[in-house]
Amino acid sequence: MQVRVLVRLKPGVLDPQGRAVHHALEGLGFAGVEDVRIGRLIELDLADGTDEATIRQMCEKLLANTVIESFTIEGAN
Amino acid sequence: MAFRAAVITFPGSNCDRDMASAIAAVAGVPAIRVWHGDAELPDRLDLVALPGGFSYGDYLRSGAMAATSPIMRAVVAAAERGVPVLGVCNGFQVLTEARLLPGALLRNAGQRFVCRTVALTVENAASPFTAHYTAGETIRIPVAHHDGNYYADTETLDMLEGEGRVAFRYAEGCNGSARDIAGVLSANGRVLGMMPHPERAIESAAVPALGGADGRRLFESALASFAAA
Repeated sequence: MQVRVLVRLKPGVLDPQGRAVHHALEGLGFAGVEDVRIGRLIELDLADGTDEATIRQMCEKLLANTVIESFTIEGAN
Repeated sequence: MAFRAAVITFPGSNCDRDMASAIAAVAGVPAIRVWHGDAELPDRLDLVALPGGFSYGDYLRSGAMAATSPIMRAVVAAAERGVPVLGVCNGFQVLTEARLLPGALLRNAGQRFVCRTVALTVENAASPFTAHYTAGETIRIPVAHHDGNYYADTETLDMLEGEGRVAFRYAEGCNGSARDIAGVLSANGRVLGMMPHPERAIESAAVPALGGADGRRLFESALASFAAA
């Protein structure tokens, strides 16, 4: 089974990369960019039947640092 | 008895030799070198030091992979027994990822790698790691990092400040750290994480190119506080 984990910086945590990309987009002439936040997509290929609780543990123990990041799991049963 | 310190080397550590050298210079005996894949620490340690560098290539997040290594399980268990632990730069990142210290180190606010000597204010001179400094004193220690921007939520920052757990603060702009925090202590004062490199500032105050000597008293404090009686 394919599972996607999206890891994002929590609201309020400064994202210097996102800010730099925001400025770069404006520099390219794109108007109306209000904010840019950069996260991480992790694709997991897991044994069928892996339960969501186990995937949550993977996220909490390693894939995300919950001090600064939140995560969402897509594709779990 | 001779001071027993262990310096951990992860794949990608690059300040481990400097750390061992600084400890040896101050303690007068060599530090024990320990590899990341070792499952156990040497016994009767007076100090464990986690060095700077780019452990595991900074994959995923700085310090995240190292925090899962076999030796870190032993370091966490040792810290819980009260064994003193010093983490510098990447070592500080590893300590936060291993949850031995609160908060996290984000990408520098200015996006750039910062590599220069900075002024720090000693905030707490009563801890075992800082006893040879004077509270409020300004010292100069080199920094070299990309992810040194200390973050914790407001409640945690208030708690750290209220409990005297901010060891050092940047006395000048550096990396955007919350409340200019450069070094943080554990609740029992026996774990210290800091981004600046005291091991690069132990040689000579007379030769600034060697980093000065303001880092030396950190190791002298640790030696005086932790050497087995």
